[in-house]
Amino acid sequence: MWGSMFRWLDPYAKPETLYHLCGRLLPYLMGLALFTLLLGNIWGLAFSPSDYQQGDSYRIIYIHVPAAIWSMGAYSSMAIAAFIGLVWQIRVAQWAVLAIAPIGAVYTVIALLTGAAWGKPMWGTWWVWDARLTSELVLLFLYLGVIALAGAFSEAARGIKVASLLAIVGVVNLPIIHYSVEWWNTLHQGATITKFAKPSIDPSMLWPLLISLLGFALLLAALTCLRLRSQILIFEQHRPWVRQWVDQQQGERG
Amino acid sequence: MAFTSWADFWFMGGYALFVWLSFGSTYLLLLGLWWYSKRQHKQIQQQIRAKAAREQRVRQHQEREK
Repeated sequence: MWGSMFRWLDPYAKPETLYHLCGRLLPYLMGLALFTLLLGNIWGLAFSPSDYQQGDSYRIIYIHVPAAIWSMGAYSSMAIAAFIGLVWQIRVAQWAVLAIAPIGAVYTVIALLTGAAWGKPMWGTWWVWDARLTSELVLLFLYLGVIALAGAFSEAARGIKVASLLAIVGVVNLPIIHYSVEWWNTLHQGATITKFAKPSIDPSMLWPLLISLLGFALLLAALTCLRLRSQILIFEQHRPWVRQWVDQQQGERG
Repeated sequence: MAFTSWADFWFMGGYALFVWLSFGSTYLLLLGLWWYSKRQHKQIQQQIRAKAAREQRVRQHQEREK
């Protein structure tokens, strides 16, 4: 069943096909990402009304929430890629793990930094060791662990395998992050949009947030495309198609 | 528009430090990652090209030796 269900994906498991697909998608993804990110952020920064409780400090939400949500979204994608790479030995999925990890790490750092800068004026402290903040910090360490493990073996294939294993095990942290604000007493406020109930935010503030959310997602996709191409070149550098393509690039430039 | 003037906008209702610290560091980090990934991609291509050129030279040399 699994075989026939995913047969249509087969051509994209071929590194050369995927490399060129990513190359074609990259300018569109990057353009769209930049447009939506700036639209959502500028709308949120300058045009949304001020919050009745938090004043203008709440505007940090337009980067904090998208970065935090996609720090977890990136982790899920990385873990799924790790699983596919381990179980079905699909090499492009293994390389995707290496491509996504640094992006997820940067998103996590952004979520932590903007959280601190939002916490200081609202809670009176940059940092507190409560469940939400600590579990998000653990997410950063998981990303760093995946990156470090992948590079820690002289045999690259073994490094990827061990890193993939860590990525998959680390998935247990995702529900902990999400439900931490419900399971434990915390300074952090509850979910605004990632719940089944109606969002607890006015539409005039929700729209720029959703657009920023889309912007961060598109940026994640664009950066993944760019970084996956690099990984494909590294691991396929002895194949004739890579040699040909690289020569062709030089010819076009010179 | 939520603000009456540019000065008002930059002031952010007294939260300027925190708001601009957040947005500034975010865009700095994202730009940094983009620039780093772009540079890495170029470097890999250069390395592959250099390696191919070296192999070509070795092959030519071996041909001449024969």
